[in-house]
Amino acid sequence: MSAIAATDVAIAFGGVAAVDGVSFAVEPGEIFAVIGPNGAGKTSLFNIVAGIYPPARGRVALGADDVTGLAPHLLAQRGLSRTFQNLQIFFRMTAAENVMVGRHLHERRALLPHLFALPSVLRQNRATRQKAEELLAFVGLASFADQPAGTMPYGALKRLEIARALATEPKVLLLDEPAAGCNPVETAEVDAVIQKVAASGVAVVLVEHDMKLVMKISSRIHVLDQGRTLAEGTAAEVRANPEVVKVYLGAHA
Amino acid sequence: MRRFTQHPYAAVVLLAAIVIAIPLATSTTFYLRIAALVFIFALAVVGLNLLMGFAGQVSLGHAGFFGIGAYAVAVGPTHFAVPSWAALLAGAAIAALLAFLVGRPILKLKGHYLAVATLGLGILIAMVFTNEARFTGGPDGMPVLRLELFGWRARTPLAWYWISGVTLIVGALIAVNLIESPTGRAFRAIHDSETAARTLGIDVARYKLAAFVLSAIYAAVAGAYLALFDALVTPVTAGFLRSIEFVTMAVIGGLGSILGGVVGAAVLVLLPQVLTAFHEYEHVMLGLLMMLFMIFLPAGIVPSLMRLMRGRS
Repeated sequence: MSAIAATDVAIAFGGVAAVDGVSFAVEPGEIFAVIGPNGAGKTSLFNIVAGIYPPARGRVALGADDVTGLAPHLLAQRGLSRTFQNLQIFFRMTAAENVMVGRHLHERRALLPHLFALPSVLRQNRATRQKAEELLAFVGLASFADQPAGTMPYGALKRLEIARALATEPKVLLLDEPAAGCNPVETAEVDAVIQKVAASGVAVVLVEHDMKLVMKISSRIHVLDQGRTLAEGTAAEVRANPEVVKVYLGAHA
Repeated sequence: MRRFTQHPYAAVVLLAAIVIAIPLATSTTFYLRIAALVFIFALAVVGLNLLMGFAGQVSLGHAGFFGIGAYAVAVGPTHFAVPSWAALLAGAAIAALLAFLVGRPILKLKGHYLAVATLGLGILIAMVFTNEARFTGGPDGMPVLRLELFGWRARTPLAWYWISGVTLIVGALIAVNLIESPTGRAFRAIHDSETAARTLGIDVARYKLAAFVLSAIYAAVAGAYLALFDALVTPVTAGFLRSIEFVTMAVIGGLGSILGGVVGAAVLVLLPQVLTAFHEYEHVMLGLLMMLFMIFLPAGIVPSLMRLMRGRS
């Protein structure tokens, strides 16, 4: 069964169809990229899958669960996590604390024991902290653990968001332009992390403008144009598709 | 030293040291009275800081909850023969219940809109105290019976010094416990990005409500203490200016700093005492000093000073 599947989803804004009957399915361990020219409906599709907009038509499934129209915090409980194009970091917290917040769903959340810092809470804090340090090491940020996130470099924050999303132990990770604003070195670092994440069995779905990144790491690429599917396939297949070349790649080449 | 100042419980240890040290330094009734007042206001501000400094939600109506605590210990013993300590607990429970009921709908609002809604709530509560004159004595207020515990009556400033000081330490300890727990991390996450908090599975509405209810309990207990300490309560206790005073204390001391709340309360209680030397210019000086604090210590006294210290070392 696919880790995530969208079937015939559609949404319109003010009578204009932003996404119009798009379907795709992603398997565990795959890196699935959604590309398309500006206004193709990438972000709208992303927002439907991430639970920001309920679709006007169609359904979204996580494994066997129908999750169509569920709010983000309920999607998180069902194994979907995401990052943001324009960083949504907890700037007043340290890097480790940012990742610790990601462990929220796996922690005991009753309020009273927290007020009195019972031994079970302190034990849990230590376990959460340890998990956060492991994840920071996984994305190559171990040395930043106790640094306030507000003082970290941009490329590091991109990876911090991935570590934080991974802390929820997702089955599906949505990445909204993971390389946006990164220089080539930072892009290469993000790219390596994405490949490690997929190798661990997580289904990765990304929306991205950086064609080099997409072509290099994606298992499959889904090309949108004017809210509809134009093509889907491996990097080589998509690159060879004359329609795709015309509407998208041509414009950049 | 640097490690100590950054430890989350450093503020509580420092606070405990100050509470113990003051009576060793002075036994003057006047100073102990002032210190007790600082502790009582600081307790309310530590609670408000959970809401404003950590969860990032403003309230311009916390004097309403403060007033509920104050009137509970006034009305309960006088009209219903409830012992003061039980009236105090009942006041805290009523404040918590009200915060719980009102919090759901108004915490959906953000920024200025939330500020206006909480402002309205505070004004509404103060109006009830003014209008229900049969129970509350109306605009003139009413006397408050002294706190009695096991036949011992809390009357002297020294007694109130210790009661309020110890409660403040416990209140600060609970606040730090909370901040260093999953609940506190959820508060801080909501402050920086509700969107991101949601995608990590945090039930944002639940945690905003928790912060609101907890801060209302702190305010109600502080209000009860002030009424018992003054042996008098008037609607001014629950008034708009008092709410603004709490917010000012939290901001001047430093939002998101437990010790900051205490320092902010100390500044606003002590400054008017010191500034009486300026006679009719007292309020002008107070306003001027507050502006200078914000210009030169924009993050609040405690966080700004800590940043300066860190810069030096």
